Amino acid sequence: MKKKAFIEKTAKSIFLTCAAVAIFAVCAITIYMLVKGTPALKEVGVSELLFGNIWEPTADNPSYGILYIILASLFGTGAAILIGVPIGLLTAVYISEMAGKKIAKIVRSSVELLAAIPSVIYGLIGMMVLNPLMFKLENIVFAGDSSHQFTGGANMLSAIIILAIMILPTVISVSTSSIKAVQDNLRAASLALGATKEQTIFKTVIPAAKSGILTGVVLGIGRALGEAMAINMVAGGAVNIPLPFNSVRTLTTQIVSEMSYAGGLHRKVLFTVGLVLYVFIMIVNFILLKARKAGEKDGK
Amino acid sequence: MKKKIFAAVAAACVMAVTFTGCGKKNSESGELTGKLTLAGSTSMEKLCEAMSESFMEANQGVTVTVEYTGSGAGLESLASGSVDIGNASRGLKDEEKNNGAVENIIAIDGIAVITDTENSVKDVSAGNLAKIYTGEITNWSELGGANQPIVVIGREAGSGTRDAFEELMEVKDACKYAQQLDSTGAVLAKVATTPGAIGYVSLDVVDNSVTGLKIDGAEPTEEQILAGKYILQRPFVMATKGEIKDQNEIVRAWFDYIKSDAGKDVIRKVGLIIPQ
Repeated sequence: MKKKAFIEKTAKSIFLTCAAVAIFAVCAITIYMLVKGTPALKEVGVSELLFGNIWEPTADNPSYGILYIILASLFGTGAAILIGVPIGLLTAVYISEMAGKKIAKIVRSSVELLAAIPSVIYGLIGMMVLNPLMFKLENIVFAGDSSHQFTGGANMLSAIIILAIMILPTVISVSTSSIKAVQDNLRAASLALGATKEQTIFKTVIPAAKSGILTGVVLGIGRALGEAMAINMVAGGAVNIPLPFNSVRTLTTQIVSEMSYAGGLHRKVLFTVGLVLYVFIMIVNFILLKARKAGEKDGK
Repeated sequence: MKKKIFAAVAAACVMAVTFTGCGKKNSESGELTGKLTLAGSTSMEKLCEAMSESFMEANQGVTVTVEYTGSGAGLESLASGSVDIGNASRGLKDEEKNNGAVENIIAIDGIAVITDTENSVKDVSAGNLAKIYTGEITNWSELGGANQPIVVIGREAGSGTRDAFEELMEVKDACKYAQQLDSTGAVLAKVATTPGAIGYVSLDVVDNSVTGLKIDGAEPTEEQILAGKYILQRPFVMATKGEIKDQNEIVRAWFDYIKSDAGKDVIRKVGLIIPQ
């Protein structure tokens, strides 16, 4: 009997330690980012750093404005969501409501495969296939326009398309399960009132599943905001106003591309960029938490 | 019992360490011991790191420390006597030479300007090259090539190659890049696959996938650089206060090492040219 209690106790403490690792990691990272990220805010000045639009860290008269970089991250993510969510949602509807078992299975497994592809592969394909196509488009759109700087296809639009594809699996799988969780009697009631299948889906099923769908969207935002590798390969990497055909840099690629040689204040500012990204991700997670809570209430 | 054994083992270990420590000093008294300090150019970081690592392996008793404070600051430290060697990625100015600094060129850094192989422009003047990078020339037709926009590709802020290129072309902080990539390989790959692209990379990595542009008629080759005809080059100087032969034995050993085969290997490995 004693032995059993001992085992129970030990097991409990092992589980506790494991749980503590995660909590410790989150706390440590948060503290580290705050400690490392704030000095530059003081040295450069909050408004100059966050709202300045000239990034020239190695100039004789250095300037550390990251406004365009923040905007590129926000616009890039926003546009990717605008493209990716409708496609993802309709795919989810198709899988859960329309498709036969066989086809649904095929679509589902290809979506899962899409989720498993490493981001560097997306980047590679973007670089070798999408960028040349974009360059052709750019040549047509800006033919004879001497004020436009040609980027060779590495631009915001490429990044948005890549991101939209990358968030699809998240949006699709989360939405599918939440649509499937909608009770059948709702559907039956709607159909019995004479609504068509489409009306039932858009007026009854999707509203009933909305908190789950919202969760998928927020997860997608998190993924798009945090993606570095693929964007680094397709977006061109120059700091510009985030217009579709401009070469841009996002918060993530900013850190990736300059960390290796940066020193002094330049390096500190890169930590601040990391802090800004971290804050954005925190906000996204906070919204996610709220969405989930709302979902639980709806469920009851 | 266990404690006693542990104590004995610990004592033995301490003694062993102490003895070997003494032994090393006594038996290898011929070897150099001491410190060598360098300060200066950030662009020379790769070379200095590789060279000091290799040098310290050959001379275990010497500790080499290099600070990357910039060429000017390095030469100031040399003048004030706080370092043994001042690193500069440019020729010394007259006033610096008057302060007693001696210019020892240990390597030459060459930069190639590359385009995709389809491009019909094979030769560009230094003035036009600067204009391409500052955004005044935006189409190859202005240089006698096809009617094709120029895609200006460069490196990220902080890169030594970018630093050298902008300094040599006198376009520092004035460049309008369409793409800023974070590695030599990425620039090479992008230029090779993008029609109308132009980029700059270290001379040693240029291969068949791209065309190395002639600048003012001079080809980007080691011979042209050594002949002084190709302008995109800069010396890597390790300046000393007074001639090398008047320096202490560690500094002399350092320069002997650089001139040895092992040292030359290091210079070549980091992609630099050995001066004649």
